[in-house]
Amino acid sequence: MAIGFAVIAAAQAGHILWVRDSWRPEMIAPSGLSPWLDPARITIALTADQTETLAVAEEGLRDGAVDLVVLELTAPVGLTAGRRLQLAAQAGHTTGLCLIPEGMGSPAAETRWRCAAISDPDPTEDSTLQNWQLIKNKSGTIGSWHVRWSRAARRLTVVSRAGE
Amino acid sequence: MFDGAARRVVSLWFPGLASDRALRARAALGPFALTIHQHNTNRIHCLNAAAERFGLHVGMAVSDARAFCPDLQSRTADPMADRRFLTGLRRWATRYCPWVGLEGNGLVLDITGSAHLFGGESGLIDSLRHRLTRAGLTVQIGLGDTRGGAWALAHYGGGMAQPGQPLAALGPLPVAALRLEAETVTALQRLGLRTIAQLEATARAPLARRFGPELLRRLDQALGREPEQISPDPDPPHYGVRISLPDPIGLEADVTAGTARLLERRCSKLAGHGTGARVLELTLRRVDQQAERVELRLARAMRDPARILPLFARCIGTVDSGFGIDQLRLEATQVEPLPTEQIGTGDAARADRLDDLITRIGTRIGIDNIRRFHPADSHIPEHGFTLVPAACSRPKPFSPPAHPRPLILFPPEPITATGPHPPQRFRWRRMQVDILRATGPERIAPEWWRDDPNWRSGIRDYWRIETMQGRRLWLFHTPQNPGWFVQGEFA
Repeated sequence: MAIGFAVIAAAQAGHILWVRDSWRPEMIAPSGLSPWLDPARITIALTADQTETLAVAEEGLRDGAVDLVVLELTAPVGLTAGRRLQLAAQAGHTTGLCLIPEGMGSPAAETRWRCAAISDPDPTEDSTLQNWQLIKNKSGTIGSWHVRWSRAARRLTVVSRAGE
Repeated sequence: MFDGAARRVVSLWFPGLASDRALRARAALGPFALTIHQHNTNRIHCLNAAAERFGLHVGMAVSDARAFCPDLQSRTADPMADRRFLTGLRRWATRYCPWVGLEGNGLVLDITGSAHLFGGESGLIDSLRHRLTRAGLTVQIGLGDTRGGAWALAHYGGGMAQPGQPLAALGPLPVAALRLEAETVTALQRLGLRTIAQLEATARAPLARRFGPELLRRLDQALGREPEQISPDPDPPHYGVRISLPDPIGLEADVTAGTARLLERRCSKLAGHGTGARVLELTLRRVDQQAERVELRLARAMRDPARILPLFARCIGTVDSGFGIDQLRLEATQVEPLPTEQIGTGDAARADRLDDLITRIGTRIGIDNIRRFHPADSHIPEHGFTLVPAACSRPKPFSPPAHPRPLILFPPEPITATGPHPPQRFRWRRMQVDILRATGPERIAPEWWRDDPNWRSGIRDYWRIETMQGRRLWLFHTPQNPGWFVQGEFA
């Protein structure tokens, strides 16, 4: 569900650099992206391994020509690599978003989120109800929200929890 | 060309240019012909003298030719390579005079004022003939006062016309030597006008009325009454530039400074031609005569040295300078037209920055690995888009899909279920999945014009599934070949 989070983050950004290993079989589909953003805004970099992924992401973050760099990671990021990404993001004033499997977070991350789709007992439209948990935050508190993407308004709405 | 100096023109004709070129590349003994595929038949394009002695001729079907001459060796003709070869010959021929033009299967040289450098006209012609024959080319050379006259002599026997007396040499030649249309030649022969001398002796007005102005224009051009230009093709612009250093250098900053100087010169030439470089090659020659080559592929055509230089930084950093570099050479190996643009702010500047970023990332992972989505003309979900290299494409808009489509697509993963309706519960990726709601089916038929092995199982009924666990999946059922698969996931 991390891709859903990335797409909602990308919907508010301008140009997006999406870095992923070329061997991964699953693929974000532009037809599915259209409720959130125009697929023409995405540039995809296909890399051979994670070392290249990190190098390309660092270059993109430092340059600042794109507004958001999304990395799909498959292995834990070392301390040095994490710090390099952090410095690059600061230098370029660019947001970097690492999509990581559970429990592989880098200590360099400013915030870390866990996202899960949750079932919607009474959907009004095509449901996109999700649960977003902020599980790490260097400069604030953590929390948990149920959110829904509103297609008409093209923005995220926070909904109250079912049963509360 | 000069007033007062008699103009002299040499015409070269290579009757067997294509076969001579092929035989130069790989010699063959005996009859030899080049074939070309025309009108659904292989025909003879060009042949050598040995083959002509067997009675073969250009345009003959190859099967007929084999019947005449069973030992015939043949290869496929390559007219483009012949053209390039002739262009090379044209460049070579500028050693005799600066005005050299192409003419059919030959060359035409304006040697006015340059013949004495080669020992007079006969010396020049001997030199030409000697060198071309040594290179394995059959050549016929004509020398005359005019382009038309030289052409006629080259194609009909060869020889020289004395200055100021064109008719003496051209008179006995047939009228076909005037570069006329085949019908005109036939008509003239029917009238009994077989040679140029006879044509010249005939009254002009009836000829003009009967054949139009073209005949008399060609006659006048051959006899020097009407001027005819030789227009040499301009050489294609050369985008290489180099710098030789008195002492070898090895520091990255020095190499960068040298590259900056080369770029400055290169880019001013590119700007003069209205072009931009797409691929730049920097060759660093070391003192041990080894050369390090650095190739920079740009995301778009560029000619701004200040922008290109930083893009070279990573490439230069990887070079092993050994004992030092004493020559730098920069060549734009691929060049594209780049018209002058309005300097913009905002969007244009931003697009420039993005292109620079693509170039810089491209030096690391290969510029073809940076892609963007392009719409494709197909209703099959996984064929509805393509990933094209970003450097050689512009963004194209997508039209929103008529039905909701998943955000993530993956190769179909089978699940155990039966029947045309989705199962209440199933296992997928080692997870238990219970269905809350199912929307569908949406039937998608395979494209019969595309043989896709994944779609051999026939039509698919797609269902959107909301699960109790929260994930929203895209399932399909193949009724013609019963089975259930998961192919995608919605956000």
